[in-house]
Amino acid sequence: MATTTLGDIAATRPVATTEALRTADGMPLRTKLERSMRMARLRAFFLVAPLLAFIVFSFLVPVGKMLWLGVYEPTFANYMPRTAAALQTWDTRDLPSEETFAIFVDELIAARESRDLGKVASRVNREFSGARSLLTATGRRAADFAGPDAKQALIAHDATWGRTELWQGMTVAARSVTPAFYLNAVDLRLNADGTVRAQDADRRLHLALFWRTLWLSALITGLCLLLGFPVAYLLATLPMRYSNLLMILVLLPFWTSLLVRTTAWIALLQSQGVVNDSLVAIGIISDTNRLSMIYNQAGTVIAMTHILLPFMILPLYSVMKTIPPSYMRAARSLGANGFTAFRRVYLPQTVPGIGAGSLLVFILAVGYYITPALVGGQSGQLISNIIAFHMQSTLNWSLAAALGGVLLAGVLILYWTYNRLIGIDNIKLG
Amino acid sequence: MTSADAYVRFSGVQKSYDGVTLVVKDLNLDIAPGEFLTMLGPSGSGKTTCLMMLAGFETATHGEIVLDGQPINNVPPHKRNIGMVFQNYALFPHMTVEENLAFPLEVRGMDKADVSRRVRDALNMVQLRQFGARRPAQLSGGQQQRVALARALVFEPKLVLMDEPLGALDKQLREAMQYEIKHLHERLGVTVVYVTHDQSEALTMSNRIAVFNDGVVQQLATPEELYERPSNAFVAQFIGENNRIVGKVREENGQHCDVELPSGELVRALKVNVAGVGTPTLLSLRPERVTVAAEPGSLPNVFEARVQELIYHGDHIRTRVRVCGHDDFIIKVPNRTGHVHLAPGETTMVGWHVEDCRALDAA
Repeated sequence: MATTTLGDIAATRPVATTEALRTADGMPLRTKLERSMRMARLRAFFLVAPLLAFIVFSFLVPVGKMLWLGVYEPTFANYMPRTAAALQTWDTRDLPSEETFAIFVDELIAARESRDLGKVASRVNREFSGARSLLTATGRRAADFAGPDAKQALIAHDATWGRTELWQGMTVAARSVTPAFYLNAVDLRLNADGTVRAQDADRRLHLALFWRTLWLSALITGLCLLLGFPVAYLLATLPMRYSNLLMILVLLPFWTSLLVRTTAWIALLQSQGVVNDSLVAIGIISDTNRLSMIYNQAGTVIAMTHILLPFMILPLYSVMKTIPPSYMRAARSLGANGFTAFRRVYLPQTVPGIGAGSLLVFILAVGYYITPALVGGQSGQLISNIIAFHMQSTLNWSLAAALGGVLLAGVLILYWTYNRLIGIDNIKLG
Repeated sequence: MTSADAYVRFSGVQKSYDGVTLVVKDLNLDIAPGEFLTMLGPSGSGKTTCLMMLAGFETATHGEIVLDGQPINNVPPHKRNIGMVFQNYALFPHMTVEENLAFPLEVRGMDKADVSRRVRDALNMVQLRQFGARRPAQLSGGQQQRVALARALVFEPKLVLMDEPLGALDKQLREAMQYEIKHLHERLGVTVVYVTHDQSEALTMSNRIAVFNDGVVQQLATPEELYERPSNAFVAQFIGENNRIVGKVREENGQHCDVELPSGELVRALKVNVAGVGTPTLLSLRPERVTVAAEPGSLPNVFEARVQELIYHGDHIRTRVRVCGHDDFIIKVPNRTGHVHLAPGETTMVGWHVEDCRALDAA
């Protein structure tokens, strides 16, 4: 409507002169407008300032720091700065020079004395398995190897010191700013000379886990859509008193602890649980063939679909509520049967809701942690569980950060694709 | 019209939503082919329910609806082949104007070339040739209205229903659209059933008007008949403005009757719907049928009136006078060259013909 009228007006009016308009007192109109708006803008800014500060300090800064951790690991360079510097000039093919060995032994002694050797050892161990015990064992007798022939002494002590792979690993660890963790997060490894190779076959697990996370999230999103669409339709079309009751049923899970809901699924789905017992009782399955529906992928999918269902229903409902019943009636009166009217008139108008609900559920599912941890068993673990594992157990925060960074990038790519295909302004959350 | 050549026929139709009250009470209505019939009435009078039953969105609780000789009570709406224009147009927002118009043709399985030709013709018919690629939201209210009209006509139904289609338009546009719809109806020869609560809309467009109140058709007549000769008090009140004077029938003679007012005056009126001598009656008199500054004896009814208020309306001056003990007696004085200029507080004589003053039931 607006576009037509505006267009018509623009067409009939003379073209505006290029000379800038001025107010009655001769000030340029633009300046005056700016000034008159300034107070309102300042007030608006101060109103949102506390929230802005809160978001910056509690969200943007930690996230930024975490992402930075994914490429920055200074342990080695902090405790063995001279070795680190010496290794950067090494050609990475033959063993390092006598001099480098001597510097290393000096710093080994220093690190052991300051009780920091353990940290360095763990860092090197991530690049070369077995390095932890080697470094701590050597560290205990480090004083014996000091001197000009440190190289022979070390190799004589343990032949591993004569392997270039160990020194290459140390070179990688010595670089504070490194893509090593991001490469590790996508099952690649960084060589000391800067080239990249595939991760050893027995240590490749991240990519598979990423794919499983994406696939399960897509499956859960699809199931939520399938289950949520009819519910949202009922919510939007039933008379008020029924739809209110239904709405309470939809929202009820929100008022119950996530932990309780997940545990309830355990009670239902475990091999001695309600579902299996019932199936055995009515003779559909035999007592020896009880279904395993929990502590595996099935458990993750079932419990997460249930938990995320409201996030699909609510956006769908808010969109459907705005579709007047007269559209369906119009379609019927124009000769479309019920199914055609639904497919060609109703369904296309719910696309913003489907988009919003699916995006919401998918993004929540991709980062979901607690439910897979509780009911996922081995095969139902998602990428966030491995992130938590690295944060809490191996204390490899840089790898955890890199995995989180990859996940974030994946979600952003998805968001971008969605925007290109459907348009983000087509989303309606309520 | 005999019932055989009725195109649409309601016989004994009743409708109840709750099983307690009847929204439509015993509707019997024949609509001729090519007729423009308007269902007029206040909200809640059952007119829209009747339309929805005809369209197939509501089922009749009792009675039969016949379309072109076929009972359609059990025919689903999409098989009735009835065009419909909805109150808020119900144009599909996710389709362009062309796609909206093509929809009824595509669901009928028409081939592409025919569809685009018919869509083009329909757009030409409503003068929206260059708007085919737009979305409904990019059109003005009047343009949307025309698209809705074209969509209801594009599949060439013989019957088109319109449910207050002009309600959302401003006054000027509404009037222009009234003529446009009327002309389209005349040109295409389709049967139109039109629902409105706007009496002037009903008067300007219809061949016949069915005035609904309380689930019952109060009067079914041509606009002229309805305006000039309302058959009961409700119709008289609902169509146009009326001065209403309550009195008692004193004497009947032929077509006429003498009515005594509480203030003692005797008014001679046309006997339309009175129960007999001594019964109360309601006299109905159009404000524009009253003559101001009437010579005593020049008209059968001449009374003294005191001017209370003058309201300038442009084309006429609405004059409120006190006459026969009634304080709210309205006279429309046409704003003609040399018309009588009254002033508040002034006393004048007003008079009217017997035929213009109708004695109705005292509802």
